[in-house]
Amino acid sequence: MSAAEEVVTEAPAVEAVPKRAMTLGYGTSLVVLAALILTPLFVKNFVIFQMTMLLIYALAVLALNILTGGSGQFSLGQSAFYAIGAYVTAILMEHFNVNYALTLPVAGVVCFGAGFLFGQPALRLSGIYLALATFALALAMPQLLKLGFLEHWTGGVQGLVVTKPDAPFGLPLSQDMWLYYFTLAVSIGIYVASVNLLRSRSGRALMSIRDNEIAASAMGVNVALYKTLAFGVSAGITGIAGGLGAIAVQFVAPDGYTITLAISLFVGMVVGGVGWLPGSIVGSAFIIFVPNIAEGISKGLSGAVFGVLLFLVIYLVPHGARQVALIAQQLAAKLKKN
Amino acid sequence: MTAVPLRLTALSAVLALIIATTGGALAQKKYDTGASDTEIRIGNIMPYSGPASGYGVIGKTEAAYFNKVNAEGGINGRKIVFLSYDDGYNPSKTVEQARKLVESDKVLLIFNSLGTVTNLAIQKYMNGKGVPQLFVASGASKWDQPKEFPWTMGWQPNYQSEARIYAKYIMKERPDAKVGVLYQNDDFGKDYLRGLRDGFGEKAAMIVAEESYETSEPSMESHIFKLKAAGVDVFINVAMPKFAAQAMKNVAELDWKPVQIVSNVSASVGGAMKPAGFENVQGVLSAAYAKDGADPQWDNDPGMKRFFAFLQEYYPEADRRDDAAVYGYGAAQTMVKVLQMCGDDLTRANIMKQAASLREFAPDTLLPGITINTSPADFAPIKQLQMMRFKGDKWELFGRIMSGALGH
Repeated sequence: MSAAEEVVTEAPAVEAVPKRAMTLGYGTSLVVLAALILTPLFVKNFVIFQMTMLLIYALAVLALNILTGGSGQFSLGQSAFYAIGAYVTAILMEHFNVNYALTLPVAGVVCFGAGFLFGQPALRLSGIYLALATFALALAMPQLLKLGFLEHWTGGVQGLVVTKPDAPFGLPLSQDMWLYYFTLAVSIGIYVASVNLLRSRSGRALMSIRDNEIAASAMGVNVALYKTLAFGVSAGITGIAGGLGAIAVQFVAPDGYTITLAISLFVGMVVGGVGWLPGSIVGSAFIIFVPNIAEGISKGLSGAVFGVLLFLVIYLVPHGARQVALIAQQLAAKLKKN
Repeated sequence: MTAVPLRLTALSAVLALIIATTGGALAQKKYDTGASDTEIRIGNIMPYSGPASGYGVIGKTEAAYFNKVNAEGGINGRKIVFLSYDDGYNPSKTVEQARKLVESDKVLLIFNSLGTVTNLAIQKYMNGKGVPQLFVASGASKWDQPKEFPWTMGWQPNYQSEARIYAKYIMKERPDAKVGVLYQNDDFGKDYLRGLRDGFGEKAAMIVAEESYETSEPSMESHIFKLKAAGVDVFINVAMPKFAAQAMKNVAELDWKPVQIVSNVSASVGGAMKPAGFENVQGVLSAAYAKDGADPQWDNDPGMKRFFAFLQEYYPEADRRDDAAVYGYGAAQTMVKVLQMCGDDLTRANIMKQAASLREFAPDTLLPGITINTSPADFAPIKQLQMMRFKGDKWELFGRIMSGALGH
């Protein structure tokens, strides 16, 4: 309990992030981008698939980061929006033969709507109460997807199989590689848009709400509108990530979108650094690869090993990847001086 | 003059011999990715973590069994490398692990991966790649579709087979019964219901009431009450252990005395019968295909003796009463049998061919008389079960071995 309270009381007080510190420097961004573009040319299809999942989870973590790091609201219900996005894409592709690329905006819009609507009642809640309300949403979602009258569309417990798209225009790329570059393009687009959003007037309004709601409303910020908008945007991005996830995994089923996913995304956000958007990809790498490492160390105790590793991260670098990046930056500056 | 033809014939004979042996050897030794002169790589995916982690024992038993096979010299001199990964019962993770096994670890096949939804998630991928998804650890009937999915095969009797056996039993013993079914509202429950309807065939009207429940429901009471009110006198209980136990208890509380049949899934003495209260479940019927490690009647059975000896030597921390250990042992024996039948032709196509030509194979842990039979048109290895009745604190088998296959 005390841990939860601490998280809740502490995070809104995340020190105001200066605009520039929300992103990486120009040079670093280019290096990361080059790595993301070039690596798939040299690795196996399976690794490309893992990298695709890395980007997809990074998008979902980014979405949560906008909500929590940006507007200071908590959500343990991101898995629900991820599931809605995945199902919208899967149903459109399999039942209506819609092109996969066109399903993503639809998934985004549907989830934006869902998030915006959910944000309305959530307005009355704050801190741990909001976290609990979203938690309930995440718990309910797999069961809702199993409902009898939706089964014709959702396939019930059995889920839906999704066909993986081929590269267009006869490009000589494998399905995995094409999907990776497609995901990369979508991710870059969303990342740039998110950075711009947080740097804009709306972003400043969000951050002012995070830092002090009363002061924000005194300055003329429409607190209710911006809070629900933050929920909507976050849900929309999560939905797009869910849609991409459905295409990459080629399968959707209620059991894939349990509360465990929501908690993983939350862990990813904290590990990446709350409010630091580039950290999303680090957080995503943590939730994808560390469980595999933990399993490699001990099969029976993989959960415990994961817990220990997570504990170490939180204990040693409580601000996650952002802190590591800052330390690295300081070291680099020192080296330059010398 | 005579010496030359003699030499010639000798030479040609030697040549022929060389050609025969090397050519024969070349023709015999055929490998796909994952097999070589020294090893056979087998993949497996289990829920070692998460809600279904109890089934992880199956994977551990199989790993131990392959260790035993390797310790005894392997299969035709090849060691089995068994790679078993955790998917936490999450289908997205299953896809990732299956791709890792096939593309990165380069396994010859994936064996006995657990779960219906999880296997469904990788079925298309495995069949697209042409990698055997062999002896799937799930009772769904969809693993028996050799035409659509030639690389996927089940192992245990499927729910529909079992349901047909109950239908046969009821039509023979109680031709004018009024049957009521309680079933879980998912693929497991619906497979059973379909099997029951098929089994009754023209007499499907004997089913007078069908009640479905959700796993989120706290109590089975209202369903049981409705079934009783419908005048049901044969009650078929198709539920997971927890709910099956609740239902059986409710039946006793209502002082209702129908003939009760509980599905094999919930026939576990420790998991369902004991929690329902032994006094409430006397005379309940079910069916089984494997021997029960907890049942003393098998203590002197040669097959179970081998099983117990194996556990003691290679997996001492296992509980011999655990159904999952019995299950894993039987499945692993079937796998080894198929690999032995393949000889030196360890191609994926030959694996499926041999798996589809099992004849009267009896793993140590199956009930006496139950054997594994497959054919290119029949991808359901175990189809037989035997009825049993609960008496005292354990099950007693009775009647003949029955087959749940259609048209038998």
